[in-house]
Amino acid sequence: MAFISSGYNPDKPMENRITDIGPRHYSEFLPPVIKNNKGKWLWHEIIEPGVLMHKAESGDEVYSVRVGTARIMGVETLREVLDIADKHCDGYVRWTTRNNIEFMVDSKDKVQPLKDDLLSRKFDGGSYKFPIGGTGAGLTNIVHTQGWIHCHTPASDASGTVKVVMDELFEEFGQMRMPAQLRISMACCLNMCGAVHCSDIAILGYHRKPPAIDHEELDNLCEIPLAVASCPTAAIRPTKTTITDRKTGEEKSVKTVAIKNERCMFCGNCYTMCPALPLTDAEGDGLVIMAGGKVSNRIDAPKFSKVVVAFLPNETPRWPSLAKCMRQMVDAYVKGARKYERFGHWAERIGWERFFEVTGLEFTHHLIDDFRDPAYFTWRQTTNFKF
Amino acid sequence: MPKHETPLLDQLETGPWPSFVSDLKRQAASRAQKQNEIQYQIPVDVVEDLLGLLELSYVEKEVHWKHGGIVGVFGYGGGVIGRYCDQPAKFPGVAHFHTVRVNQPAGKYYKTDFLRQLADLWDFRGSGVTNMHGSTGDIILLGTTTPQLEEIFFELTHKMNQDLGGSGSNLRTPEACLGESRCEWSCYDTQELCYQLTMEYQDELHRPAFPYKFKFKFDGCPNGCVASIARADLSFIGTWRDDIRIDQEAVAGYVGGELNPNGGAHAGKDWGPFDIQKEVIDLCPTKCMWMEGGKLKINDRECTRCMHCLNVMPRALRIGNDRGLSILAGAKAPILDGAQMSSLLVPFMKVEDPYDNIKEIIENIWDWWMEEGKNRERLGETMKRQGFQKLLEVTGIPADPRHVEHPRFTPYIFWKEEEVPGGFERDIADYRTRHPK
Repeated sequence: MAFISSGYNPDKPMENRITDIGPRHYSEFLPPVIKNNKGKWLWHEIIEPGVLMHKAESGDEVYSVRVGTARIMGVETLREVLDIADKHCDGYVRWTTRNNIEFMVDSKDKVQPLKDDLLSRKFDGGSYKFPIGGTGAGLTNIVHTQGWIHCHTPASDASGTVKVVMDELFEEFGQMRMPAQLRISMACCLNMCGAVHCSDIAILGYHRKPPAIDHEELDNLCEIPLAVASCPTAAIRPTKTTITDRKTGEEKSVKTVAIKNERCMFCGNCYTMCPALPLTDAEGDGLVIMAGGKVSNRIDAPKFSKVVVAFLPNETPRWPSLAKCMRQMVDAYVKGARKYERFGHWAERIGWERFFEVTGLEFTHHLIDDFRDPAYFTWRQTTNFKF
Repeated sequence: MPKHETPLLDQLETGPWPSFVSDLKRQAASRAQKQNEIQYQIPVDVVEDLLGLLELSYVEKEVHWKHGGIVGVFGYGGGVIGRYCDQPAKFPGVAHFHTVRVNQPAGKYYKTDFLRQLADLWDFRGSGVTNMHGSTGDIILLGTTTPQLEEIFFELTHKMNQDLGGSGSNLRTPEACLGESRCEWSCYDTQELCYQLTMEYQDELHRPAFPYKFKFKFDGCPNGCVASIARADLSFIGTWRDDIRIDQEAVAGYVGGELNPNGGAHAGKDWGPFDIQKEVIDLCPTKCMWMEGGKLKINDRECTRCMHCLNVMPRALRIGNDRGLSILAGAKAPILDGAQMSSLLVPFMKVEDPYDNIKEIIENIWDWWMEEGKNRERLGETMKRQGFQKLLEVTGIPADPRHVEHPRFTPYIFWKEEEVPGGFERDIADYRTRHPK
């Protein structure tokens, strides 16, 4: 593996250095039919699940075929996407915010060959490479985070849980028979690299044990005042402890921290500031399920998702309890919601007491908010409730 | 023969949804196969070891990645996230496995030649594993070694005219919906504003000078397809302030059943014939619509532009002509003090080059937040700590009932001295002339 230089000279890093040039201008990458009609679109129609047609003032039409992806994509699969785009779409392709790919063609007769090509491609393991769907009143792709594949703070895996849920609900991706669109999101810790907190259904990785304390390393790896300050509930205080030196066997006093376990809310912020305070734990870690949020302003204001399942364990590799829980929630929603009702609208209309009844989810004391002032506003200050 | 047995991950190859395990195996096999052809600059078996390490996490149910560590390219404080695994002896291929964030083009359109060049570069100098895209919007290149970082940056900038994205306490890579490029509802050119502000604030994007991360997101309309209201410290959401344009013939087309409502979005189930009263007029949150003589009437002054009627009848109703955007501030995820959505700060602003009105708001907010924000405090938290009134003060925006859901609950008003006649200096002797002890 011989090192091959790009031309960069490490002895003179500033020589010919180019910085602050930003991204490429998007206009370089717009397909002609898009470029010609930008800002002049009249209306659109989803002509079948996964296929959108946009009509321009000029009379031009663009047909977009939307396909799901796993988000993780090796360059081999990426090159396959590019080959398809070269073959059918004159060398243009785009991705959506929710990790779908859109292949665009400028006439209707090009749609069927493109669809046939996309659906004919499968991975060696048997799964579709490019399932068509994700439009309208149905399920679209799950936005998610890295999980165990690349992050240092996750309480679960992202790609695995997403695969399981999309397999379970797969038929809804390719159809539009729900009361409204269903947006599911997954974040593998509270940092939530995605809009999990405002999703119809959110899957969230959560720790349940306070950090382990590596007394031996803590003062070397961390700024103790920063670790103390990082705790939102003031559960961490500086202290000293005695440890046995592994080399000499002698006892020695070291600076470290102490944690008041009953104050810990398992957010992991201390670990971000101090690597000697790891939270990951096979028994402690798992998933929280939240529901009823949205980001759209349609009909009413955006909503936060609410916690409806306090904990599901990490049942690798296929998380059966997670799949079952999703199925229960989606089936109850599809059965009970009125046209145009998002998941949260439906839950609010029937009342949360009914929600737990019809979904079969268990309401436990963990679902009653006890975090600071906002908790009060979630308790019921009325006699209006259902038996 | 794979390098590591992965019996648990193998179970994620079944089922119809695209399997990331199958994708990674494909990538691993390709590297093994092409190793005589391509002089891979990081270990050939990097993807094999990634699968092995992930299998270990599936067995143990614990993560095996360590904290970042400081790696990056010279002169930048972001764009690269250092990553090391805690089992380097077993999985040497992923001992160093740094992430590179590449600033995506606005709207995520690509020409294939650009992505082919990127794929070749990443195959050669990295693992070949990508995310298309990361949650913030960047193209994510997952896994390379420290010596390759400058080489990748050199090739990106010199051969591809392409820069890195943001990470750390920087302006994060701004993201836009596809906007006017393919959507009839976009109230401004989201891609252009996203691009122009990205270029204006390159220094803030590459060199950490903020208390914490800062995100811009650009939604063309209140439907909010990039979720700016939930995810961005500053959310730019398109809107209009004149009348919804009505095509009465198309309204009649929907009512008569000739046009497919909802742009076909509900076509998978028989919901019965379209009922404009029930599905549009009764669901209008401000009840500002009615039918009169077969025509749809809207009292636009009462409309809050929620988009429902436009979504249901895209061929009959169109956004107004006097378009611009609203600016909302302060969204964030739960870390630390609970999740927040953005709060309305600027009800309406025109969007016109050179965007000085928008930049002034941004820079006034940054001046305040950089001065007053605590370490690792998002804008939304600074707003909560110092109050919305403070945000109005630093941006010079007058208070407006649109800023609140309703007026305050508590009468504990923090009057300022200059707001009260005579000020706060009291003369107790004078008081005693009227109120003897």
